[in-house]
Amino acid sequence: MADPSAIRDEAARLVAFFEAKGARRVDPPVLLPAETLLDLYGEDIRARAYVTADPRYGEAMLRPDFTVPVVQMHMNAGDEAARYTYAGEVFRKPEGASRRPAEYIQVGFELFAGGASAEADAEVFALIAKALAPLGLRAATGDFGILKAAVSGLSTTEPRKRALMRHLWRPRRFRALLDRFAGRAPAPEGRAELLAKPDPTACVAPLVGLRTKAEIAARIAALREDAAAPPIPAAEVALLDDLLSLRETMANITEHLRDLAVDMPTIGPAVERLAARGQALAAHGVDIEALEFEGSYGRTALEYYDGFVFGFYAEGRPDLPPVATGGRYDALTRVLGRGHEIPAVGAVIRPELVLDQKERRA
Amino acid sequence: MSVKLGVPSKGRLMEKTFDWFGARGVTLSRTGSEREYSGAVEGIDGLELVLLAAGEIPRELAAGRIHLGVTGSDLVREKLGDWQDKVLELEPLGFGHADLIIAVPKAWVDVTTLDDLDAVAAAFRAAHGFRLRIATKYHRLVRDYLREHGVADYQLVDSQGATEGTVKNETAEAIADITSTGETLRANHLKVLAGGPVHRSQATLFKSRSAPWTDETRALLARLKAQLGIDR
Repeated sequence: MADPSAIRDEAARLVAFFEAKGARRVDPPVLLPAETLLDLYGEDIRARAYVTADPRYGEAMLRPDFTVPVVQMHMNAGDEAARYTYAGEVFRKPEGASRRPAEYIQVGFELFAGGASAEADAEVFALIAKALAPLGLRAATGDFGILKAAVSGLSTTEPRKRALMRHLWRPRRFRALLDRFAGRAPAPEGRAELLAKPDPTACVAPLVGLRTKAEIAARIAALREDAAAPPIPAAEVALLDDLLSLRETMANITEHLRDLAVDMPTIGPAVERLAARGQALAAHGVDIEALEFEGSYGRTALEYYDGFVFGFYAEGRPDLPPVATGGRYDALTRVLGRGHEIPAVGAVIRPELVLDQKERRA
Repeated sequence: MSVKLGVPSKGRLMEKTFDWFGARGVTLSRTGSEREYSGAVEGIDGLELVLLAAGEIPRELAAGRIHLGVTGSDLVREKLGDWQDKVLELEPLGFGHADLIIAVPKAWVDVTTLDDLDAVAAAFRAAHGFRLRIATKYHRLVRDYLREHGVADYQLVDSQGATEGTVKNETAEAIADITSTGETLRANHLKVLAGGPVHRSQATLFKSRSAPWTDETRALLARLKAQLGIDR
């Protein structure tokens, strides 16, 4: 582990690099209102972030990442296009038996810009790649836009698509739902009997709590509709599985995806956006012959990303966290902007891992 | 140097623990007045009895201030992060059984499994503007369990007692609590979700990994385990 002041020096060097590329430096607070983060990430964030309470201030969290406060700062300012950089501590409870530090420095770059997303995606990726160029890292990429387009193109009901879309970031639940909707898993026990009753909502026990009888009746209606819906065709599930298991270089992926798009026409526009991103990356000097694309990339780690996603990894060190991660998070700006939305893409670097890599190579 | 054994300081858990050790030739007893928390050990030399609140035993084991301790397996999992790095389960003692379960109103005829709970949580959030609330004091166990099963759109609200009443009082939509008989659930018009409990708890003898284990205390532990018939 590198010396803390060396890590700060490295962070300052990276911030200066991003400032030279047109970013404005910002310094968001460390204590963030817990409510916003809980609303965005749900209860899981409590397992990862440090929650603290003050009788007057209410519940607060030690900054688990910079993205949320930077997005809020940007949206409150009401600006359109902007580039930001920042450096500072983030706090995350180490998961499982890992002995990783709970407090570490992140340096970030965030780009808010309307217009062509391919160009913004490529600018951010190329900038991070350039900042890390001397380290010989392996880069991997993915694209949630293609996954979402594939789900929306399934021949099934809208509620089923919404349920799958909601669990895109929870592969285990996604798989369980897909199996059920495809008729590969049996309906829950007692479901058929319940739906066959003339009044399924009838119950001897009184209804307690806030959930109303009308809500129960609405769910019964939804379950009836679902029971009557035909299964998702096996061929479509197979195509989705193909998509999720894709591993190719960026240079070759477009052809593969265009082949898949013949049978899955709804992914067509997303594939063309990916192709445009590939060209933009090449124009920024990225070697797309060596850049990896994985169909399932980012499905467990990067929950608020909803388009292009990427990470930079130390070769041969799967035990280490990624040196840098990033991606597009348009949906997050939609949630935080309360109706207002601005396309955004960003990335963070962990300077202590940069130093580790420099030492290893020296 | 003696081996310190932490045992719950009162109630059935203490009595049952004394019975369990007594049946194996190690007599534990409280000494002095009813209110004085000190104990005596007969039947083996070098074992020292420490009477503690059951809820504090996990912490004392993790800190290595006691070598051995009897407490509920649920309390160890709830109170210690990475509990397996800190304590070793020596022996389940066969009493103090209690299941940590998730319960919802019985009138929710459309909910029997975690799948249903997840679907209802999404609809509830859309209808009410906040996440479905689950009242519990077992935050870590419940959160880990729901995360592992991919349940979203819920929140945990803290409830340190009378948890079954929170639904009727409209401070929660569901509960997660220890239940040994289920009668309180029935009385509050709640039912348990199918698919097994979050955790099946019982009184368990734990060994601290960080207590001062010397040649002497290790030898004593070996003798104690032989006498108690524990082969782990």
